[in-house]
Amino acid sequence: MKIQATRRTMLRGGAMLLGGLASATALRPAQAQLRIDITRGRVEPMPIAVSPFFAAQEGERQYGDNIPQVVADDLERSGLFRPLPRASFTQQPAAMRNTAPRFGDWRQIGAQALVNGGIEIQRDGRVKVEFRLWDVTSGQQQEGQVYTTTAQNWRRIAHIIADAIYKRITGEDGYFDTRIVFVTESGPAQRRIKRLTIMDQDGANVRYLTDGSELVLTPRFSPNSQDVTYLGYVSEQRPRVYMMNIDSGQRAVLGDFQGMTFAPRFAPDGNRVIFSVSENGLSDIWTYDTRSRARQRLTNGPGINTAPCFSPDGRQVVFESDRGGSQQLYVMNSDGSNARRISFGQGRYATPVWSPRGDLIAFTRQGDGGFAIGVMRPDGSQERLLSNAFLAEGPTWSPNGRVIMFFRQSGGGAQPRLVSIDVTGYNEREVRTPGAASDPAWSPLIP
Amino acid sequence: MRLKLVTMIGAVALLAACSSSSDQAAGTAGQGGAGNPDGSISRNALASLQGELSRVGDRVFFETDQWTLQPDGQRTIQGWAQLLRQNAGANIILEGHADERGTREYNIALGERRAATTRDYLVSLGIDARRIRTISYGKERPAITESNPDGWAQNRRSVIVVQGLATS
Repeated sequence: MKIQATRRTMLRGGAMLLGGLASATALRPAQAQLRIDITRGRVEPMPIAVSPFFAAQEGERQYGDNIPQVVADDLERSGLFRPLPRASFTQQPAAMRNTAPRFGDWRQIGAQALVNGGIEIQRDGRVKVEFRLWDVTSGQQQEGQVYTTTAQNWRRIAHIIADAIYKRITGEDGYFDTRIVFVTESGPAQRRIKRLTIMDQDGANVRYLTDGSELVLTPRFSPNSQDVTYLGYVSEQRPRVYMMNIDSGQRAVLGDFQGMTFAPRFAPDGNRVIFSVSENGLSDIWTYDTRSRARQRLTNGPGINTAPCFSPDGRQVVFESDRGGSQQLYVMNSDGSNARRISFGQGRYATPVWSPRGDLIAFTRQGDGGFAIGVMRPDGSQERLLSNAFLAEGPTWSPNGRVIMFFRQSGGGAQPRLVSIDVTGYNEREVRTPGAASDPAWSPLIP
Repeated sequence: MRLKLVTMIGAVALLAACSSSSDQAAGTAGQGGAGNPDGSISRNALASLQGELSRVGDRVFFETDQWTLQPDGQRTIQGWAQLLRQNAGANIILEGHADERGTREYNIALGERRAATTRDYLVSLGIDARRIRTISYGKERPAITESNPDGWAQNRRSVIVVQGLATS
């Protein structure tokens, strides 16, 4: 509930819970039937009717149509819901305006859950959106909230509603009110043009953060989603880790190191960035505090030590190293002590990323002439491969630790694409991007 | 969106503070065109040196996931050393590259290792380390786009570029 409270504060005017409309006995959260267990792997998607929202005025109707559509699309992409076609709906939004839905009508079309709501443009021009989630079988309201926001913010309201529905039905926080930072690619491979790009999790609101004149790689979000850190090649200088504020576009080099710096990621505290520093061919892992400028060396050879990632509690770091003769995953304490190898399968292991839940580490595995994305427990046990391809690389986690995004090239010369897949290995989908795309990083829920 | 005000103030202050550091200095040192303490060298001379390096072979190749120089690579670098001794005013950049069969970050580290090995050999042949800069492109700048063993072999390379000439 903490997250929801902050996000409500953000939406000026705030959100409030809507009480039950029709039935005073409703609203007990422990209703068993309207529930999806997302830990079980393949689940039968729940049929859900997301009705257009009631809109009395002409100017409100676009929101009444579009917000529920974005909600339905979010829920559909999760693989856990099957939104029913609007054409099948028999009860009009106006007929549910001040009274409970006719649940028989919705049962008739096979809906287990129903979402309805209303739109009102206020005198100050801001949009007030209310929605309710109903258990069609029991006829009880499961969720109901009101949000008020500026008109251009309407997609975020839709994602927040989808998150509320996801949370009510799965018991887990959602991940729809999030963004992806990634690299858009164009041009021939020898002179590839790469641009830092940010978009909403569903591919909307694409914005380019760099103009393509400089090579940029491996962007990652800060915990507050306001900054990204990435590897930049600026004119003829050595490649270095930069940090950019997403809104102002201001950027700065992180640290004054002799060698190249690369493979950055924020620490959970948001102040430090962990990355590799390469000198004389050896790459070691350092942290750099963006406020105090203090730096700390965590590894001291041998060989290549890179792709570091903190555990969500900040107490450990997973990284890759070839110190044992081949590229493998290691976990060490956050002061650099007690490094121990955790990957023991066939092939080479790379790009480990700790789940925000702390329970798993996602990685890239290379072998048998191809690449795979997999997960293992932080002690190296229970390794599972989720997806493989000619090239599959660079996993990143949804903030609830249920979905992994990565990039994939289906063959030599093929354009890279972003792909998402459930941590269960089901529901693999291409992510909509404006063009060829690589190096995705998923933001936390937007504060 | 009002949410970002507080956190942004901290971040912006930090960014402003850092940006003046070494950015400028490194940029001018790299571009001033053939500058060298013991005399300058014309752009034409740089271009002609690059041409001679290309005749000797402006690149050396590596085995998969390796960074040690092969005997023919060593011979190529000996040719570079001779040309660099004859053109004492020229500085160079050594680029390290990897083929596409590796993860992005590992390949950046691997390319750096290849560039460093190449530099170390040049230095062992008497070339002043201060004349050499290294840069790793990992798998970002393949020479050959074919995804086959021959293409990969040509992409696992170090390339010598005379500083002050735009890289292609």
